[in-house]
Amino acid sequence: MRIWTAIRMTIVLTVLTGIVYPLAIAAAAHALFPWQAEGSLVTSGGTVVGSALIGQNFSAPRYFSGRPSAAGDKGYDAANSGGSNLGPTNKSLITAVAARVHEVRESNPGTVSVPVDLVTASGSGLDPEISIAAADLQIPRVAKARGLDEDTVRKLVRANTERRSLGLFGEPGVNVLMLNLALDRLRSGDRPAGS
Amino acid sequence: MAERKATPLWEGKIVRAAALDSLRKFDPRIQAKNPVMFVVEVTAFAVTLIILRDLAAGAHRQLGFELQIALWLWFTVGFANFAEAMAEGRGKAQADNLRKTRTETMAKRIGNGGAIAMVAATQLRKGDVVMVEAGDVIPGDGEVIEGVAAVNEAAITGESAPVIRESGGDRSAVTGGTTVISDWIKVRITANPGETFLDRMISLVEGAQRQKTPNEIALSILLAGLTIIFMMVCVSLYPFALYGGTILTLPVLVALLVCLIPTTIGGLLSAIGIAGMDRLVQHNVLAMSGRAVEAAGDVDTLLLDKTGTITLGNRMAEEFLPVAGVLPQELAEAAQLASLADETPEGRSIVVLAKRAYGLRGRELGGDGAEFIPFSAQTRMSGVDLHGHRIRKGATDAVIKFVEEHGGHAPADLNAMVEKIARSGGTPLVVADNARMLGVIHLKDVVKEGIRERFERLRAMGLRTVMITGDNPLTAAAIAKESGVDDFLAEATPETKLRLIREEQAQGKLVAMIGDGTNDAPALAQADVGIAMNAGTQAAREAGNMVDLDSNPTKVMEVVEIGKQLLITRGALTTFSIANDVAKYFAIIPAMFVIGYPDLQALNIMHLATPESAILSAVIFNALIIIALIPLALRGVAYRPLGAAAILTRNLLIYGLGGVIVPFIGIKAIDLIVSALHLA
Amino acid sequence: MLANAIIQIGLFLLLVTAISVPLGHYMARVFAGEKTFLDPLLKPVERLIYRLGGVHPENEQTWVEYAVSMLLFSAAGMLLLYGLERLQGWLPLNPQALGAVAPDLAFNTAASFTTNTNWQAYGGETTMSYLTQMAGLAFHNFVSAAAGIAIAIAVVRGFIRRNSKTIGNFWFDLTRATLWVLLPICVVMALALVWQGVPDNFAPYVRAKTVAGAVQTIAEGPVASQEIIKELGTNGGGFFNANSAHPYENPTPLSNLIEMLAIFAIGASLTHTFGKMVGDSRQGWVLYGVMAILFLTGVAVCTWSEQRGNPMLARAGVNEIASASQSGGNMEGKEVRFGIVDSALFATVTTDTSCGAVNSMHDSYTPLGGFIPLLNMQIGEIIFGGVGSGLYGMLVMAVLAVFIAGLMVGRTPEYLGKKIEGREMKLAMLFILIFPLVILIPAGLAVVLPAGLAGISNPGPHGFSQILYAYTEASANNGSAFAGLNANTGFYNVTLALVMLCGRFLMKVPVLALAGSLAAKRSVPESAGTFPTNGATFVILLIGVILIVAALTFFPADALGPIVEQLAMRHSHLY
Repeated sequence: MRIWTAIRMTIVLTVLTGIVYPLAIAAAAHALFPWQAEGSLVTSGGTVVGSALIGQNFSAPRYFSGRPSAAGDKGYDAANSGGSNLGPTNKSLITAVAARVHEVRESNPGTVSVPVDLVTASGSGLDPEISIAAADLQIPRVAKARGLDEDTVRKLVRANTERRSLGLFGEPGVNVLMLNLALDRLRSGDRPAGS
Repeated sequence: MAERKATPLWEGKIVRAAALDSLRKFDPRIQAKNPVMFVVEVTAFAVTLIILRDLAAGAHRQLGFELQIALWLWFTVGFANFAEAMAEGRGKAQADNLRKTRTETMAKRIGNGGAIAMVAATQLRKGDVVMVEAGDVIPGDGEVIEGVAAVNEAAITGESAPVIRESGGDRSAVTGGTTVISDWIKVRITANPGETFLDRMISLVEGAQRQKTPNEIALSILLAGLTIIFMMVCVSLYPFALYGGTILTLPVLVALLVCLIPTTIGGLLSAIGIAGMDRLVQHNVLAMSGRAVEAAGDVDTLLLDKTGTITLGNRMAEEFLPVAGVLPQELAEAAQLASLADETPEGRSIVVLAKRAYGLRGRELGGDGAEFIPFSAQTRMSGVDLHGHRIRKGATDAVIKFVEEHGGHAPADLNAMVEKIARSGGTPLVVADNARMLGVIHLKDVVKEGIRERFERLRAMGLRTVMITGDNPLTAAAIAKESGVDDFLAEATPETKLRLIREEQAQGKLVAMIGDGTNDAPALAQADVGIAMNAGTQAAREAGNMVDLDSNPTKVMEVVEIGKQLLITRGALTTFSIANDVAKYFAIIPAMFVIGYPDLQALNIMHLATPESAILSAVIFNALIIIALIPLALRGVAYRPLGAAAILTRNLLIYGLGGVIVPFIGIKAIDLIVSALHLA
Repeated sequence: MLANAIIQIGLFLLLVTAISVPLGHYMARVFAGEKTFLDPLLKPVERLIYRLGGVHPENEQTWVEYAVSMLLFSAAGMLLLYGLERLQGWLPLNPQALGAVAPDLAFNTAASFTTNTNWQAYGGETTMSYLTQMAGLAFHNFVSAAAGIAIAIAVVRGFIRRNSKTIGNFWFDLTRATLWVLLPICVVMALALVWQGVPDNFAPYVRAKTVAGAVQTIAEGPVASQEIIKELGTNGGGFFNANSAHPYENPTPLSNLIEMLAIFAIGASLTHTFGKMVGDSRQGWVLYGVMAILFLTGVAVCTWSEQRGNPMLARAGVNEIASASQSGGNMEGKEVRFGIVDSALFATVTTDTSCGAVNSMHDSYTPLGGFIPLLNMQIGEIIFGGVGSGLYGMLVMAVLAVFIAGLMVGRTPEYLGKKIEGREMKLAMLFILIFPLVILIPAGLAVVLPAGLAGISNPGPHGFSQILYAYTEASANNGSAFAGLNANTGFYNVTLALVMLCGRFLMKVPVLALAGSLAAKRSVPESAGTFPTNGATFVILLIGVILIVAALTFFPADALGPIVEQLAMRHSHLY
């Protein structure tokens, strides 16, 4: 008798909270915020180039590069998110960071101290942002690679900088994908849709 | 009140006996009753075995250190045993005094045919009737069924003034071991040998029959729980250490375990309980169980008899108030005449007042044709018939009836006078001569000195006091106001008393009351703490769960304080014991792991000399603190009648914060000594 | 920097306080069956559920009946989830065609979600179909939370009832918690999350052609609806592997704020529900105050330590100093948009409660920073706590505190008019004992057995911390992790699942028995001699007892994990 009640209640509540509720939310989400509900996808020339929220791999000097990523084997695997989970006293961490510092200094001559976010892996491996300091550091390199003057690039960086929410919460950051898309657009004159 | 002298704490004889007794308590069967100390004993045994094994195998790297650990572990058990033995020893010292009175009493048992046979007191059984004559020791607890006698109860009360015991009424109970000093009585024995008051008292103060009280059980569960937690901590620490490459030895792990488990309170817990009983006995109160002592601490409502507790037992004549047309002198003289043969304190006070106020000398009236009319419950008057005068004094309505029967009537102003006296808390005693109403004597209840302050104290402790009196509500209200009691029950009968107790209990309150008469028995039984006066009836003594040997009605307050003190002492030492662990961790953990993880040296904030000395010092502190706290356990934590919030803050500071700080100092000091002596 | 940290944390606590009072009072009405503004909408649904479920909500249950109902319901749900996981390959809403979940992992996950732990030995986007996520996992997110609330309410009833054999009806409490509390908040807040960018769809994973010319497969799904209940129910099981660090689960600082508020909302409110139900709101505020103080202390230490960063990175030429253009600090495993403050705050919030969602990787925290989450769980997750379990856990600690120190006022200890005697003490100690038992003993095994040691990804003391953390969070039903530990193995899946089941049900049953025992007691009126549990002294005492019990139980283990590692890090020792 009691077991029956337990089974019946399990089924009833599964239908309510496991089927009806998520379907209703999905429907409402599409009605109210269709772009966000579909994953904030950014298209360029009709093809999906990524999501405004999800970081991507950039290694060419003419693109601002994002943070090191531990998602998937090659990094920025948006179907396999995750961090490095290296502990603070783990030799591998210190070695990896030292190597990245070296790399940043190599590709950005004149760099003395490297902003911490640029040489540490993010939690998700998909962090779309870098700090303002990390973007500023890359301006000379990107400008040089693209033959632009640094002020133009700096302006784009500022335009793609997210301030703190409500001026209080979180930290400011530069969305690398959107910044790089804007850089490309400068050249091609394309207008990426969706943003 | 004849207080028993408190035995000095470290009396040589008791200490010696206790030291001996504590050896006997190493018996694991005795230790098993106390889970905390049992664990210490078992681990001490294990460590000793390990050392012996190592010795036999010839592998003794740290023999000196491990031997010392083992030694102090055994000391820890021994000290706890000693604490308990001390408490029991002090109880025994009390009991020995009592026991002396019990030896070799012979009884005159009255057989079926009325023949008297000499038998040993130990052969008496419940229901036997014995004859006790002047000079005889009463052979057992019983009830006077015939006769009246003066009895010396010094053996149990320490008070040498004789008391009257007579059949019927509220003074019929006698106690074995007391002595009849005049006349004779026939006593029906009400307790088998071994079950008498004296026996129970002896076994209780000795702690022989001690059962754990509810709160003690709950506390034991807490302590056992903590012990299990710490066992898990120590067991898991071995593999944890192994992970970091440290191999912990058994003696070191045991040292940590014993330091962590609450040995301080665990070792002193039973001593605290026994000492609580002992303190009651010092106040000449005998509790039937430890449970009753604990309940005393929880009492919310205190029922106090007005007479004897709040007011001096006797009302005193304060003033003569003649009705219109009667001279004060005339009233005073009549009142004096009516009271001459009245040996009650009220009666005497009337004679005295008449003499003092009007210079009337009390005359000897014996053989002068005077006939005294004693007070009776039916007439509710007393007086004298002399030369045709029929002088009466008594309750207002009774005297008015008397006057009207003689053709007189009550004057108009009488009622107002009577009411005025009653409202002021006094008792009006109306005086009349035949049909002529003379006036009113104002008998005043004298509130005991200092009683108001005592009530304030009780209020601060959270107790509500209720005065029980047979007076009318008007009088009762006035006395209640004057004495500062919280509430009163006027015109009380056994039924209303019982109802009051039940009402309080229905609200969840615990009620204490003190009583003596047979008609108090239901209320005493109903009350959570019922204190029967020793002078009371056997029924009352059976119904209550404590007996006050002094028959002092204010004793209930002390009983409550002792109950509270008992709980406070337990709480304080528990808090202290647990708080101690913080420092012990800081001593032992860095010492255990400093080899594998030198960085942990930073946790050695006491800068203890060496790992061995750190561990040893913690173990030594842990053992010595038991000895150091024996006096506190036996005397109890000082109780101050403050509000609970204030007491809590105070005790938390002393025993909580103090419990954190003291071991840091103590362990450091011991470490200095240990390293100075090169013990480790 | 410091100013911003104080403002963010202060404002957050202020918002929690502002939400908790009305929500707490609302819940008191809900569980008393009183009228609320949602009745016209929900009453018909409630009646329908009772009819379909065959429930008679007016039948009061004894604690045994209550516990049996709870256990049977949990067992049925656990079986259902196990079945869904194993059969998901044949079931609909599986666009990625994910196959059956392996038996040990399926068992671990079923135990994990049934117990409100939501420990995940798998990555959501690579393992679970949409149907499993919705009907399997989200269902448990709702009902395990609702069951927690139900039990907390039953325990409070124990305090307020007198001479009563019963403590309420489990089905009534369960249904009301789901319908009146969880669902309405979820509906509103899920949409707020979508607004901030959390997706909610049933589309297959998107294949994007990236700017750099590569292909990026982006996982999708009904995220928003699952995300909010994950926080509100303090479940913490992420839709994606990276949990709330994933930009889809937690795209902006504002979504982060919503999620943190959701985590604390019910736990904080229940203190006021409690105050309201016992008829003395100060009693609720005392518990709230204790929780708030412990929370602030934890978040302060964690933020400070993370902001201070890793000295060995600084030595490698990394700039960890906060400025207007970067948050600085230890950013390994953290997201730029959250920086140090929002990460440390989230880590504290998620482990104060039994949530276990993470927006940064605790494994990469500085030792001291990572010690705070561990300690929060060792304390028993009673700082606002898991929904329901936080309140009853705190009440058990209060009972313990009252007992230890309550004696010092010279009365048999009593809490809210109920005398704490042998039976209560036995049940409270049982509750407290289970916890170290299922942490220390299995962790002791894992650190010496090869199967346990194999999972460690960080050598040295940190590896020990990983194992200690895993068993702590499993017992505490938290679900957050030092996620480097490779726990998707037979050994960990089975031991952790058993620990989770013990940590949940072996603690819930004594707590219900305690409720039953208290309900049967008469109530002692308050007097000047009563131990006062509604003032500042009790706040301090309770904090002291909580800290000392946790410290005494876990100090040796912690000394060998985070404490020694912190000292090592300061001395630049690497492993």
